[in-house]
Amino acid sequence: MRRALPIILVVVTAGLMVLALAGASHAGGTVGVASGSAVYGLTEKSDTPEHAIDHLLAEVKRRNWDNAFSAVSKTSGVNEPGFIQDWLGSNGSLRSFSGLEGFESRPLHATNDDAQIRVRLHWTTPVGPIEESRDFKLIRDGEAWKTVWPRVEMPNVPAQVIPVTFLRWDLVSGGAGDEWGSKNIDAPHVRIISMNAVDLAEGVVVMGEVVNEDAIPAFVNVNATLVDGSGNALDDESSFDKIDHVLLPKQVTPYRIDFPHFDLKDVKNVRMDVKAALVPASADPVVGIMNQKIDSDAQGKSVLRGDLLNQSGQTVNIPHVIASFCDNTGKVVWVADGYVDQALLPQSSEPFSLEIPRNIAAKTQNFHVVVNHYNLGKD
Amino acid sequence: MRRLLLVCVAVCIAGVSLAQDLHVPTSAVAGNEATIATTGSGNATFYLLGPGVSRKNDLNLGADIHIPPQDLRNAGHYLAVLCSGTCRSASFYVNADRPASLAFLVHPSRVAVSLGDAVSGVALPFDHYHNLVLAPVGINFQIAAGTTSLFSRPTRTQDGVAWFRTTSGKSAGIVQVIAALDDLSAKRVVQQVASDPCNLHINGQRTAAGILVQTEPVHDCAGNPVTDGTIVTFTATGANGKSTVDAPIKQGIARAQIKTPGAALISAASGVVMGNELRIGTQP
Repeated sequence: MRRALPIILVVVTAGLMVLALAGASHAGGTVGVASGSAVYGLTEKSDTPEHAIDHLLAEVKRRNWDNAFSAVSKTSGVNEPGFIQDWLGSNGSLRSFSGLEGFESRPLHATNDDAQIRVRLHWTTPVGPIEESRDFKLIRDGEAWKTVWPRVEMPNVPAQVIPVTFLRWDLVSGGAGDEWGSKNIDAPHVRIISMNAVDLAEGVVVMGEVVNEDAIPAFVNVNATLVDGSGNALDDESSFDKIDHVLLPKQVTPYRIDFPHFDLKDVKNVRMDVKAALVPASADPVVGIMNQKIDSDAQGKSVLRGDLLNQSGQTVNIPHVIASFCDNTGKVVWVADGYVDQALLPQSSEPFSLEIPRNIAAKTQNFHVVVNHYNLGKD
Repeated sequence: MRRLLLVCVAVCIAGVSLAQDLHVPTSAVAGNEATIATTGSGNATFYLLGPGVSRKNDLNLGADIHIPPQDLRNAGHYLAVLCSGTCRSASFYVNADRPASLAFLVHPSRVAVSLGDAVSGVALPFDHYHNLVLAPVGINFQIAAGTTSLFSRPTRTQDGVAWFRTTSGKSAGIVQVIAALDDLSAKRVVQQVASDPCNLHINGQRTAAGILVQTEPVHDCAGNPVTDGTIVTFTATGANGKSTVDAPIKQGIARAQIKTPGAALISAASGVVMGNELRIGTQP
C-alpha cells in the first residue's frame, strides 16, 4: 500500500498532463484562439488547409519556431531564420516589440491540391492593438497541407557613406541666479489652421491641422474641451499620438481628438487649446511619402496607400503615418493614422496603407500625409 | 483755595500734554538713517511699524530717536508711536533711494523682420534695496546691431515705469536692446529672423534614383536667407499618384528625392507661400 500510493499519484498526474496537452491541441476549433502543442507527437494533424494554417499560426504565437517552420512547404523560398525574422521583425521595428495575440482565418478558395486562406492577425504592440490582413497559399504535401511562405525580401542597403549636413536645435536654459528677464525665450508660435468636429457612431471626433509658424522647432499638443449649452465642460481630451508632436518651422501636421461615447447634439461649443513648447530637435531623418493614392484593398475597403522612402542615413525604427483628408471646400473631413511595423532602413522604402471610411473616401478631394518617427536611443 | 485747585489741575493737564510728542522726518530715504525728535521728560516706549519692520524700545523723552538704516530698507509708509502713559503717533513716508539697478523686460525674444510694433520693452528702476524708484528718471532705450545704432529713444519713467514699442528691423540677426540710466544699463538680446520665403523657385532633374528636386537659395522679401530647418514641401503629381517630401532647408537650400518613374508635375510650398511648378518627363 505504501508503494501503491506514490505510483497511483504518478500515473494520475501523467494522465492529467496527457489529457491537458491533448485538450489544448484540439482547442483549435475556435478559430483565432491559438492552439497547438508544445510536445512533438501530439501536434494536430494538418489534414485540411484550415487546420494547417491554424496549426502554423498557433505555433508562431507560442514562438515554437521549429514546429511552425515544419508547417511551411519545402517549395517555399525562405529559410528558417528568414521565416523567424519575418515574424519577429528586426532593426528595432514595431514588429520586434509586438506579439501575435490571435487570428481569424477564412478560406478564399480551395482545390484538391492548393488553397488560399485570408487571415486576420491580431497583434499586441506598445502603441495598442494592431490588425493585419494576410493571404496565405497552401499546397497539399502528401496527406498534409503546408503553407507556401514567400521569400522575405529584406532591404539590402549597400555599404555607403551618406553625407549629412547636420541640423539640430539644442536648448540652453538659464540658471536660477540669472538676472530677471535676461534669458527669456518665447515659446514657438503655432496656430490651428483648421478644425472640424464630426459625429460618429463611436462618438465625437475633433480634427484639423496645426502649423508651426515660427523659426524654431516646436513640441505641439492640441487639446479640446466639449462644452454643453449651459457652458459646462463635458469632457476634455488631447490629440495624444494622433499628431506629429515635433514640428519644424513651417511644418503642418494633422491632429485628431476622439471623444468616445459623446453625441455632437449635446455639444454647444468646442474649446480648442494648442500648447507649444521649446524642444531640442533634429531636421533628420527626411522621409518622403511616395505614390500616395486612395485605393481599395483586397477586402474592398478604401485605403490610402503609399511608400515611405527614407532619404537619410539613419534607420527609422517605428514610422508613424498620419493623414488628413479634405473635401472640395478644403475642410478636413477625416484624419487617419497607422504604424508601419517594419523599420525604415536608410535609403530604403516600406509600403503603408491607412484604412479610411468609405463615405470619407467618396468625398475626399485632397489629402495631406506626414510621417512621424520614433528612433531608438535618440531623442 | 478753589482757585489754587483749578491752577493745579490746569498745570497737571498741561504737564501730561507736554510730557511727550514726536516729530517725524518729512523726507526719509530708504537705507538711510532717520531721526525722530521727541519732547517731554521721563521714560517712554517707542514703536516703529513699517513694511518689513516692527521694533520697540525704551527711551528717555526729549532725546532724538535714531532709526538705523537697516530698519528703513523698504520704501513705504511707516508709523511711529510713542507711549508714556498715553500714546502719540505720527506717520512718515520713506522714499526709494537713487536707482541702483534696472529691471528690463523685452518682448519677444525672437521676431520676424519688418513687423510693425513687434518689439517692446519695459524698464523699471530699483534702488539698492530693490525698492521701485517712483520719482521720474530718464531712461534711454537703444537698439543696436553690432556697433551700429538702429534706434534710440529717451524716455522718462512714470510711476516707476518706462517703456517703448517699435518695428522690428529689416535684417535678420541678433540685435541688442539696451536700457540706460546714467551709468546703469541693462542689455537684452532679440533675434530677428527672416520672414516668409519670397519667390520660392525650384529646379530638378531626373537621376537614376528618381527625380532630384531642389530650391534655389530661399530668401524672404527683404533678401534675408530663410532660417535653416524651415520646411519646404515638395509635391509631385503623376500617374502613380501623389508624392510628397517635407524637406528642411539646409544651408539655404531644400532638396528632396522623389521616386517616380513616370512624368510628374512638381511644386513646392513653404507655409503659405507657393513656388513655381516644374514638369519632369518620363524616365528614358
